[in-house]
Amino acid sequence: MAKNIKKYFQENGIWFLFILPALLVYLIFMAAPLLDSMRLSFYTGKGYTPTEFVGLQNYIDLFTNPIWRERFFGALKNTFIFFAIHMIVQNSLGLFFANLLANDFRGRGFFRTVIFAPATLSVLVAGFLWTLILNPHWGAINQTLKAIGLATWAKPWLGEENLALPVIALTSVWQWVGMPTVLFLAGLLGIPEELLEAARVDGASSGYVFWRIKLPLIKPVIGVVAILTFVDNFNAFDVVYAMAGAKGEPGYSTDLLATFFYRTGIAGEHPIGIPNMGMGAAIATITFVILMVGVLFWLYSSRKNEDLV
Amino acid sequence: MMSRSQKIFTYFALSIWAFIAIFPIWTLIVNSFKPQKEIFSNPFGLPQTFTLEGYKAVLLKGNFGTYFLNTIYVTVISLALIVFFGSLAAYALAKWNSKASIFLYVFFIAGLMIPIRLGTIDLIRLMQFFSLQDTIWSLIPVYVAMGMPISIFILTAFVKNLPKEMFDAAKVDGASEWHIYLKIVVPLLRPAIATVAIFNMMKIWNDFWFPLVFIRAEESRTVALGVSLLFGQYRTDWTRALSTLSLAAIPILILYILLSREFIKGLTAGAVKG
Repeated sequence: MAKNIKKYFQENGIWFLFILPALLVYLIFMAAPLLDSMRLSFYTGKGYTPTEFVGLQNYIDLFTNPIWRERFFGALKNTFIFFAIHMIVQNSLGLFFANLLANDFRGRGFFRTVIFAPATLSVLVAGFLWTLILNPHWGAINQTLKAIGLATWAKPWLGEENLALPVIALTSVWQWVGMPTVLFLAGLLGIPEELLEAARVDGASSGYVFWRIKLPLIKPVIGVVAILTFVDNFNAFDVVYAMAGAKGEPGYSTDLLATFFYRTGIAGEHPIGIPNMGMGAAIATITFVILMVGVLFWLYSSRKNEDLV
Repeated sequence: MMSRSQKIFTYFALSIWAFIAIFPIWTLIVNSFKPQKEIFSNPFGLPQTFTLEGYKAVLLKGNFGTYFLNTIYVTVISLALIVFFGSLAAYALAKWNSKASIFLYVFFIAGLMIPIRLGTIDLIRLMQFFSLQDTIWSLIPVYVAMGMPISIFILTAFVKNLPKEMFDAAKVDGASEWHIYLKIVVPLLRPAIATVAIFNMMKIWNDFWFPLVFIRAEESRTVALGVSLLFGQYRTDWTRALSTLSLAAIPILILYILLSREFIKGLTAGAVKG
């Protein structure tokens, strides 16, 4: 027995050594904090020492206590809307551009580079830049609308409760649309040319070719784009922080799960400024569970699709 | 071949979006060289009165130089560690056939779908425990951990695709695993390492969350954190506000223009699934 173990390590020990540095960093700074956050969600206490065990009380408060419930469900709803706008607008635009870029014409490399360019900016910089462009008095959008005689269309884009969240989501779409574009483009370019040519010879319209041939063939790419959009946007923080502050102004109408998490567990609510880490951990854990459910559902359905093909 | 009308439509639609994509960046950069009054009277054209006042204020009165150096340190050190740890682990995970290696691989890859930010509460406590809060050293281990899943994912796939004979030949010649890693694997991995480096560089350079929660001290701020504070301060002085944003954006934009192909490959690397 002891001999076997010794032999095992003589043969495999070197591999353990190779993996060890990556594993240690990953364990200590990623896996353990994620798991320990779940444990902390069962505790309460002011500031950095949540030491008092309260069981499920943080969760019960989030779901039922009026002080928490309104903020929590508000943030959850806004996060979902924020994600849905990306899913629909960003990914449809991306598919549309990719379908155009998949053709052979002069300048497609240029267009691809330009469409992707905003994605290289920091989210914070893009967010701040758009607050200036959307500034109700001096911003380029309202100035232009006034100049072309559409002054009534000029609005305080970030100041109205039912307008601010879609506007912020659309600036984020502006920044990230290059991602689905490039991914869909790679998928479309992977379709054998003979297949499309054969369909055209048979007299298929370009609409038919797109909906009935191209789209089913890039189904795996659509799945990847969908899951990336989901994980990235359920976790969005920077753009709202830059454009609407940590409280999701106006009137919490742009508050996302991540800004709620930040205020509750890290910064502390104004004016006291003492974080409630246990409650913050509970919000993080709920976000984690939502993400896991989404990812598992995706894995399950993409596997089922594979079986069918 | 595209028909004439298809071609016109393609150019038309793409030009509109190209304009929408570029226009904000254009106004950002040209307006940062204009005095406040001209930004409002001539918001879209080239500056008539050219001024560097905004840049002077940000660089001389603000501590932008410090923020910039901090960000470079953090990014370079984190990237070096990510590439070293990641390639070492990827080589082992690709070559070692066992249940343990499959388990470890899946364990690393699971991190692709889980944002490290959800562990922030614990990370803050951890940094206090190590007395790293308020220093740039608090950021590095977190970024290295955050970079492991994607790096191991890309690099392991790459090593698996290398011709097996190469390793066997080296083995026969009596080379140690460490020697094979250093002399054979690393040179061959270069293109994959470039992809990994660009992906992580953008995440780290542009990250705002961890500087926001770990760092307050002036001397430890990164560009993203500095920009958020300077922008708040200069909110009414548009020349300075735009100069701040330009200083943060221009270095990356120049790199992107020079290496756009590699950038697009690197940034979309998270989606390369089999």
